[in-house]
Amino acid sequence: MEITKGNVEHVAELARLEITEHEKDIFTEQLSNILDYVEMLNELDTKEVSPTSHVVPLVNVFREDEIKEVLKKDEALKNAPEKEDGYFKVPRVIE
Amino acid sequence: MSYEVVIGLEVHVELLTKSKIFCSCPTSFGDEPNTNVCPVCLGLPGVLPVINKRAVEFAILSGLALNCKVNPRSKFDRKNYFYPDLPKAYQISQYDMPVAEDGYLNIKVNGETKCIGITRVHLEEDAGKLIHAENGDYSLIDYNRTGVPLVEIVSEPDLRSHEEARVFLENLKRILQYTQVSDCKMEEGSLRCDANISVRLKGKKELGTKTELKNMNSFKAVQKGLEYEIKRQIDSLEKGERISQETLRWDEGRGLTVSMRSKEQAHDYRYFPDPDLMPLEVQQEWVEKLKGLLPEMPLQKKERYITQYGLPEYDAEVLTFSMDMADFFEDCVKEYPEPKVVSNWVMGELMGFLNAERIDITETKVTPLNLAKLLHLIDKGTISGKIGKTVFEEMFKSGEDPEAIVEEKGLLQISDTKELEKIVDEVIKINPGPVEDLKSGKKKAMGFLVGQVMKQTKGKANPQIVNKILRNRLK
Repeated sequence: MEITKGNVEHVAELARLEITEHEKDIFTEQLSNILDYVEMLNELDTKEVSPTSHVVPLVNVFREDEIKEVLKKDEALKNAPEKEDGYFKVPRVIE
Repeated sequence: MSYEVVIGLEVHVELLTKSKIFCSCPTSFGDEPNTNVCPVCLGLPGVLPVINKRAVEFAILSGLALNCKVNPRSKFDRKNYFYPDLPKAYQISQYDMPVAEDGYLNIKVNGETKCIGITRVHLEEDAGKLIHAENGDYSLIDYNRTGVPLVEIVSEPDLRSHEEARVFLENLKRILQYTQVSDCKMEEGSLRCDANISVRLKGKKELGTKTELKNMNSFKAVQKGLEYEIKRQIDSLEKGERISQETLRWDEGRGLTVSMRSKEQAHDYRYFPDPDLMPLEVQQEWVEKLKGLLPEMPLQKKERYITQYGLPEYDAEVLTFSMDMADFFEDCVKEYPEPKVVSNWVMGELMGFLNAERIDITETKVTPLNLAKLLHLIDKGTISGKIGKTVFEEMFKSGEDPEAIVEEKGLLQISDTKELEKIVDEVIKINPGPVEDLKSGKKKAMGFLVGQVMKQTKGKANPQIVNKILRNRLK
């Protein structure tokens, strides 16, 4: 499957990654190679196989609706790069 | 030219579970910021989400209440986007295998019943709340709401006016409240509504370009926002312009829709199955059990009130507005089997005071049994209907038993003929004018004289007896 430089730029933007022109060329080639390799799977006949989203044979792993301990406020905010009045503080974002 | 409006709604409803969807933090509203959080909902590394069984049951119940098929198998997916309202940089949602799909909801607009398709009902986690500093280049985040369970309900584009959209939303809210899966308080954000809107020339098959409208935070905003956007689109088309597909925000203050910069330019959410969560398998047995928990739905209840109690449609509509109101009415009718009389008191006095005090039926001190007792007191002639209203006001304030109030305040109706005769004679003596009028055939004067007797007795006189005495005296 062919990956274009445009695809790489789009994926990089979605992942908020800044990459150089040189890297774009490298990744374009590498991603194409990887997808070509995976493409081999298409040689298999999967008509009788239902789509798999999980390989672990488990379903309905539930917890009961119970309240348990929460983090203390200062603990919750401990890793915040910045905080204010008990809130996490981030650069202004308006969608 | 004549246009047709096409609207589909996406409604997010917070479920009334005690704990969050994938962790055991409380879901309560209005607490101090970041005090209902844990490593799971903060998206700290190495944690594993585990689904809340009750949230799944509430989602199934929502689907059943909306006549959906419950899927025997469903799964969770990650919806990827960068926005700090979710600390993981993805939202756990359901993409191609929702809990339930393919349902409908009936609405009645201008006397016509219309069936609106429900595309799907799926489970997902709510996001945190952002507060943008008014003058500053930063935003503050409260993650208490992160991970509160939501169902997203998507309608088919079957709605043809803002009016239909409003009625649909009201019915949906009522159904979910009856089902007790959500309190659906728009003002607290536990029910939120987005709309997809397009217009096309009447008779055209293909849909026009749609816009998505967000941030309508009340029923009024939904109505006004849709009204505005429909007009905006028609005006543009009339001018020969094209509608661009975009996401808009309803600006309540300015009363217009504004374009939003999109979350992700191409809305490329790159959904994929969440490897941390196992699929759901819902056996028919479980579905049947939950079906058994569904209450009578508002529309059926309304029809039954009309046929069983002989109530006018308007009364039936108002009384079934909430299940608590309907229960109050029916509990009272059990003790006082005159449905229309009960309806009048509930809709008139009770709702009047509730609205004036801005409280909910669940908060009133008046019990259905006490209202029934009051109505019996009026029937027996112990008190007059007019005094009944005074007693009711007292019941509303104190929650006391009506019999106790009547006794305490000396409000017993005066039915003693001798006593009333004295008062009537007095009234006749001091009102020669009206007496003459009555004698010469002016019937109106009768009302005046009865009124005077009522005034003298502070409303306690039995009006039938007063009438009789007056007629006898002035023959």
